[in-house]
Amino acid sequence: MRSDRHTRAPLRLKIAAGIGLAFLHLPILLIFLYAFTTEEKSYQFPPPGLTLKWFAVTWNRPDVWEALGLSVRVASISTVVALTLGTLCAAAISQTRFFGREAISLLVILPIALPGIITGISLRSAFNLAEIPFSFWTIVLGHATFCVVVVYNNAVARFRRMSGSLIEASMDLGADGFQTFRHVILPNIGTALLAGGMLAFALSFDEVIVTTFTAGQQATLPIWMLEELVRPRQRPVTNVVAMVVVLVTFLPILAAYYLTRDGDQISGQGK
Amino acid sequence: MSASALKATAILPGRGGIGGALSDAFWRKPTLLLFVLLTPPLLWLGIIYLGSLFALLVQSFFSIDEFSGLVVREFTLKTYGELLRPANLDIIVRTLTMAALVTIASAILAFPIAYFAARYAKGRWKAVFYLGVMLPLWSSYLVKVYAWKLILAKEGILTWIFDKLHLTVLIDSWLALPVVGGNSLSVSPTGTFLVFVYVWLPFMILPVQAALERVPSNLLEASADLGAAPRQTFLNVLLPLALPGIIAGSIFTFSLTLGDYIIPQIVGTSHLYIGMAVYAHQGTAGNIPLAAAFTVVPVVIMGIYLWLAKRAGAFDAL
Repeated sequence: MRSDRHTRAPLRLKIAAGIGLAFLHLPILLIFLYAFTTEEKSYQFPPPGLTLKWFAVTWNRPDVWEALGLSVRVASISTVVALTLGTLCAAAISQTRFFGREAISLLVILPIALPGIITGISLRSAFNLAEIPFSFWTIVLGHATFCVVVVYNNAVARFRRMSGSLIEASMDLGADGFQTFRHVILPNIGTALLAGGMLAFALSFDEVIVTTFTAGQQATLPIWMLEELVRPRQRPVTNVVAMVVVLVTFLPILAAYYLTRDGDQISGQGK
Repeated sequence: MSASALKATAILPGRGGIGGALSDAFWRKPTLLLFVLLTPPLLWLGIIYLGSLFALLVQSFFSIDEFSGLVVREFTLKTYGELLRPANLDIIVRTLTMAALVTIASAILAFPIAYFAARYAKGRWKAVFYLGVMLPLWSSYLVKVYAWKLILAKEGILTWIFDKLHLTVLIDSWLALPVVGGNSLSVSPTGTFLVFVYVWLPFMILPVQAALERVPSNLLEASADLGAAPRQTFLNVLLPLALPGIIAGSIFTFSLTLGDYIIPQIVGTSHLYIGMAVYAHQGTAGNIPLAAAFTVVPVVIMGIYLWLAKRAGAFDAL
């Protein structure tokens, strides 16, 4: 690009892009404002007054804490399962060529590519057919299934950038397979796994469609919110919970971004 | 280490123990390693996921006894026949129309953001745009829907803005229109449409941006040098090259709209969409066969869509 004219964006494009970004962010910012409103019967704008009292009210609500606790437990276990399965699958797919490779990568992506309602209803009807009662574990079963893909995607991308000669060098220097995994492979894919795990956690923490089908009486935080959305009873408490959920999900996403951002400087990548 | 010691350890002795034996076996037979790696994920996805999908497909060929309300486990196409009843066809057509409109609107909104991020944003601005798309993409789906409930409410911010601008009559006359209107924005198809576009927009931006990143800027300069007006360059050079990205994005927006049942339930009229019909039939009605047959509709539509998209080269843009 030699002339300055081409490196500057046309004004109209700038405005359109700016409007687009504002469209994406203003609604979320609005949530923050509503968490402080004194109005409790309607969604009145502008808020008649601002208060901090709903934070205290929410803090003392056992049902919110219970839902939050369940969500954290489900997300943690689903993340562990997804990390194990996703890494195994990524290692197999990226390090070898074999018949049916494409089919397997499609199978991993399928749970997230098909609409959630299909995953949800098929799991529910399968649990019914097999007469498995709905419990904590049925929720985990559903969540882990669609969380595998985010770990898999992150790990596969990192495996691709990792040079195969590193593994060979480690073997040549006398390390066995397990030592190579522990000292060469794991440090290389570590941050990708951490990022994948955080995204899996965020995905599970937020999931509602599959959960409505696989949960029995338990309410995860999104289920709790859905009930409030359909039949609003505690508008101010819902506002505060919504704001907290936004903050809680932003952190792992920012962390995942910073962990994978410097991925270009992976050792052995220059080869 | 002396030279003789080096010589002695040039060929290492086999490592003892189970770990060593396993490691040696994996090295000699890579297929064994592959088998060990793939078995757990394939068992999980194959049995839990594919098994359930298959069970659902089988149930769509069962029917429900109209008197007892029990599922009759015999092969029949009767349930699929029920899909063709006017009420159910209505649901399918309504959902498809909504999905198509949402896809077109997202593509139009996404293009400037993606183009700016791909071509003009540098350094810090690049990060701002990336996070600016990733944060809304990953933030809670329900919170986003909730935010729109606040925005579209009769006493909400949108009404307030239009009131301050003395344009309330605009909203009122739009809501008075027959198909898109309703009592208020939060119970009209327009509201449903807005929320759908908002929630799925990031899924369109990312693949379009990926496609645009790969358009060399000298192509655009060449087009301009050869005398094309910006509009001509856009239509004849940029758009065809971005098309695979747009199609890739449309896979998400289309598929997600087809399967969603929460947005039209919270912001919208009482008219059903496919997702809501599935939910209603499997839940209170207990008509699993019809619910299963309904889920086959988006699967078939997406199957055809994916096949066409693959032919258009959309997967290279993902």
